[in-house]
Amino acid sequence: MWARSMVRVGGSGYGLRVSRGGLLRVGGAACAGQRLQREASSAEAALKKTPLFDFHRQQGGKMVEFAGWSMPVQYKDSHIASHMHTRQHCSIFDVSHMLQTKVHGRDRVKFMESLVVADLAELKDNQGTLSLFTNEKGGIIDDLIVTKTDQGYLYVVSNAGCADKDSAHMKARLAEFKAAGLDVDLEFLDEALIALQGPSMSRVLQEGLKVDLSKLTFMTSTLATVFGIADCRVTRCGYTGEDGVEISVPQSRVVELTEKLLTNSEVKLAGLGSRDSLRLEAGLCLYGNDIDETTTPVEATLVWTIGKRRRQTKDFPGADIIVPQIKAKTARKRVGLVSAGPPVRQHTPILSPDGKVIGEVTSGCPSPCLKKNVAMGYVDAAFAKNGTAIQVEVRKKAVPASVSKMPFVPTNYYSG
Amino acid sequence: MAMRAALRCLSANFSPRLPQLPSAAQVSATRLLWRSGSPRTLSSTSALSTALKFTDKHEWVQVEGGIGTVGISSYAQEALGDVVYCGLPEVGQRLEQMEEFGALESVKAASELYSPLTGEVTEINTELAENPGLVNKDCYAAGWILKMTIEKPEELDGLMDQAAYDKFIKSLEE
Repeated sequence: MWARSMVRVGGSGYGLRVSRGGLLRVGGAACAGQRLQREASSAEAALKKTPLFDFHRQQGGKMVEFAGWSMPVQYKDSHIASHMHTRQHCSIFDVSHMLQTKVHGRDRVKFMESLVVADLAELKDNQGTLSLFTNEKGGIIDDLIVTKTDQGYLYVVSNAGCADKDSAHMKARLAEFKAAGLDVDLEFLDEALIALQGPSMSRVLQEGLKVDLSKLTFMTSTLATVFGIADCRVTRCGYTGEDGVEISVPQSRVVELTEKLLTNSEVKLAGLGSRDSLRLEAGLCLYGNDIDETTTPVEATLVWTIGKRRRQTKDFPGADIIVPQIKAKTARKRVGLVSAGPPVRQHTPILSPDGKVIGEVTSGCPSPCLKKNVAMGYVDAAFAKNGTAIQVEVRKKAVPASVSKMPFVPTNYYSG
Repeated sequence: MAMRAALRCLSANFSPRLPQLPSAAQVSATRLLWRSGSPRTLSSTSALSTALKFTDKHEWVQVEGGIGTVGISSYAQEALGDVVYCGLPEVGQRLEQMEEFGALESVKAASELYSPLTGEVTEINTELAENPGLVNKDCYAAGWILKMTIEKPEELDGLMDQAAYDKFIKSLEE
């Protein structure tokens, strides 16, 4: 029983986002008895550390294992205080564990389009998009952000928990492309990555930027010197639903950048705990919970990520399964749920009004902003319409709930 | 078992291993000492009625006038984080020792509650419905969870006193 949580960080459970990933999913239990506790400590020694690891500890970060990394789940402030601070001011999240990749070469767009569902060719310079690596069965291998830079490469950020399979997947396709004489190369970056998220982000960051942030709209990216630190890439995106950026910065300067941002009283550090509740309020999927290799983009209500041209050309993995689903609909669909009373968590059964099981919750928590429970999960398509009254079974009791549109909390992206 | 109570998250997203809660034990010990004198001394004398006893799942019980008041320890509340929902039993429900009787939930985790003793629930803390955060703010007083009769007083002997519980927590942190 104990062991349940300890081992669960494995294969799934990382994050998604409209930008970023990762949340932990060490399930539940925790802390087991002393024996397991000791095993955990020796396992901790083997965990990977971001360049901010020591800094997190100094700042009172409570470190947990996530996707093979030791990451802060929260700092000194409570989870709810940190969540609300992000919604009202802004917070720094260390997301250096995510996989950052540059795709070089003349055939780079063709290469990435052979792996993902997006129409990358139509992106403007320095524009990015959420996309999905799909498999031949139509399942989702990972979600990622692809940015078409004006520097001769695509900048790709994917989930920490999928880093090994993502890199293997890209390398395998790279070998095919090279064998066919095409011009592509992969570069896996060791830059640190921090996210600055919240409504006061632009006020805080502009002080250290020559680039005019009012021109950097949601899902666009630029190279910049940030608070005197050269060679940063600033991308306006995030995983909280708030206005925000992610800053890719040389490892050797990330502590300095974080310290400089923290000198502004608007800014606090935030951990994986807030990250998960913020992304859920924003209706963003967590890879491994809400989407995985058994869910298709259509079931996951992510049809919008599939480029129009790509639906015609059907030249992405699994297109023969995915494209027909767009018209034919699927038997199940990802929906949002809201309820009052006991919190609704992952694996909670979803019931019809007459008590039949019609699905299962994939993520859920009490919403700090809304003061009610928010969740997402898959239900039979007949129950997927917004406003449909359903039930959730919490500790063997059926509790009323309803299907809700997402995001649960309005997003605050900067569109210019 | 460590944070079993505190962290048996049904589906939480983080490892309740709650890594470093180094100060929790100290805090609780200090608080208790400051509040009621040395529990160790009290429990070894006839004043047993005022001493706290702990389960290995981090509930405490304090007996007074034949009624046990039950709550969770400071270590547990800190591990769990801001409590936002308390699932409590009904008055009149009979509980076996170590029977699951409810749950406390934070944003990130759910933690089941286990009865430290065998008995019948005589009162629940109705304040917690409106203000579940009392469990965090004042876990040994205003944040109590329920009161119960004590059918088997000998069960108290199997629970930990403050010193043993402090040692237990230390062992979990090693």
